Amino acid sequence: MSLWTRLLCACRRRSPWIFHMNSGSCNGCDIELIASLTPRYDAEQLGVLLQGSPRHADILCVTGPVTQTAAPAIHTVYEQVCGPKAVVAIGSCPASTNVFIDSRVLVGPLDKHIPVDVYVPGCPPRPDAIVRGIAAAANILAERRDKTATESPVTSIANPEGARP
Amino acid sequence: MNLLTALARFFIFPGLLFAIPAAWLVLWIERKSVALLQQRIGPPFGQPFFDFVKLIGKSTPARPGVNGILMRAWPLIAVSASAGAVGLLPVLPTHGGFQGDLILLLALMEIPAICMIVAGFSSRSLFGEIGSAREAVLLVSYNLVFLLAAVSIAVSQHSFRLEALASATATPWRYLGLIAILICLPAKLHVNPFSLPNAEQEIYSGPMVEYAGFELALWQLSHGLEWIAGVGLVVTLAIPPSAHLWLDVAGVLFLGLLLVLAISIIAAATARLAIDTTVRFYWQCTLAFAVLAISTTLLMRLRS
Repeated sequence: MSLWTRLLCACRRRSPWIFHMNSGSCNGCDIELIASLTPRYDAEQLGVLLQGSPRHADILCVTGPVTQTAAPAIHTVYEQVCGPKAVVAIGSCPASTNVFIDSRVLVGPLDKHIPVDVYVPGCPPRPDAIVRGIAAAANILAERRDKTATESPVTSIANPEGARP
Repeated sequence: MNLLTALARFFIFPGLLFAIPAAWLVLWIERKSVALLQQRIGPPFGQPFFDFVKLIGKSTPARPGVNGILMRAWPLIAVSASAGAVGLLPVLPTHGGFQGDLILLLALMEIPAICMIVAGFSSRSLFGEIGSAREAVLLVSYNLVFLLAAVSIAVSQHSFRLEALASATATPWRYLGLIAILICLPAKLHVNPFSLPNAEQEIYSGPMVEYAGFELALWQLSHGLEWIAGVGLVVTLAIPPSAHLWLDVAGVLFLGLLLVLAISIIAAATARLAIDTTVRFYWQCTLAFAVLAISTTLLMRLRS
C-alpha cells in the first residue's frame, strides 16, 4: 500500500460526514441520531459532521421501514452520494421493517433497495450505539479501495458475523 | 517587486506553503471553539486536514457541457484569488510591494465571494440559486462599509501602498477604520450571525450544495484562506512596527489568534439574522461608522 493510500484511508476513518435520510420512520431513531451529535455524546470527536447535502456526505444514515413513497427517494439520494460511500441502517425498521411488517404501504426492508453496510438494531437504538455504528461504517470506508463500490460486506454491530438482527 | 520575489511571496511566504496550514489551523480553531462553548470536546487537532485529504479522495459527479467546466473552474479561481490576497499581505519587514497594491488586495478579496455567487447559479440547484442571491445582497450591503473603511485608512496615510500603511505609525482614525473592517469580517467569512448564503438549516449549504470531492475541498481551502487574508489585513495594519522583529511577529500572531477566537465565539453565541435585518444593520449602523471614519480623516488631512 502506497503512502498516499495509507494517508487517504486514515483520513477517511477520521472524517465521516453523514447524511440523514428518513424513509418513513416514527421519528424515534431520528431523535436519537440527533442526540448522538449533542454535547453528551459528541460524535464530532470522531470527525462526524451532519451534512445538509448528500453530495457532501460519505455515510448515508437511513431510518424507517422503507415506504412506497420513500423508495424512489432512497434510490435518488443513494446515487447522489459520491463514492466511496457506506450505508448505516439505524433502528430495527430498516433492518426488518419491525412492527410494520405486514403493512401494505411498505416496500422494505432497506437492503432490498440499496446495499447496507452496518445495521444498528434497537427501537430506537441508543445514541452511543449509533456513534459506534457510524465509526464501524467509517472503518469499512477506509478499507474500501475502489472509488465507486456498490457491492459491500454486510456487518452488524450486534452480530459481527453478518447475521441480520 | 520583481517576478521572483512575487512568485516566492505567492508560493512560499506568506503565500500557499505558509497559508494553507495556517488556514487549516484557523478552521480547526473555529470548530473547536464552538465545541468548547457548547461543552463538547470537539474535533481532534488537524480535523480540517483530514477532511481535505478525504475530500480529495472522493469521486465527483460527471458534469457535462460548458456549465460543468465552469462549475469546476470557480473553486480554482476562488482559491488562487484568495491565495494571491494572502501573498500581498505586508508581513515581511522588507515587503517591496508597489503603489496601489491595497486596491489589488481588496479586489482579490472580493473574487471568492463573486465566484461563490456564480457557482451557485451555474449549479442550477434551487438551493444554490437562493444562496447566491443572498450572497449577492450581502455583498452589496457590507462592501460599502468595507471599502469606505479601507479608503479612510489609505487617506489618513496619503498612500494606497500597503508597505507604507503598515510601517507608518497608526493614528486614532485608523483604528476607527479598522473597527469598521472588523465588523464587516463576519459577513465576508459567512459566519454567524451573517451566515445567510450557506444557511445549512434552511437551504442546505447554499451555493455549495452541488459540489463534492475535490471541488468542495477547494472551496473549504478558499474559505480558510479568506480567513487568513481578512484577519491578516486587520492585524498587519493594527500592529505598529517596533524596533524588534520578534516583538512584531509575536504581536501579529497574538492579535491574529485573538481576532479568530473573537469571531468564532461571536459566531457560536449568535443566531442567524434574516436578510433584511442584515442589510439594515450594515446600511444604518455601520455605514455611519464608516462615514465618520472617512470624514474625520479627510478633515484631518485638510487641517494639516
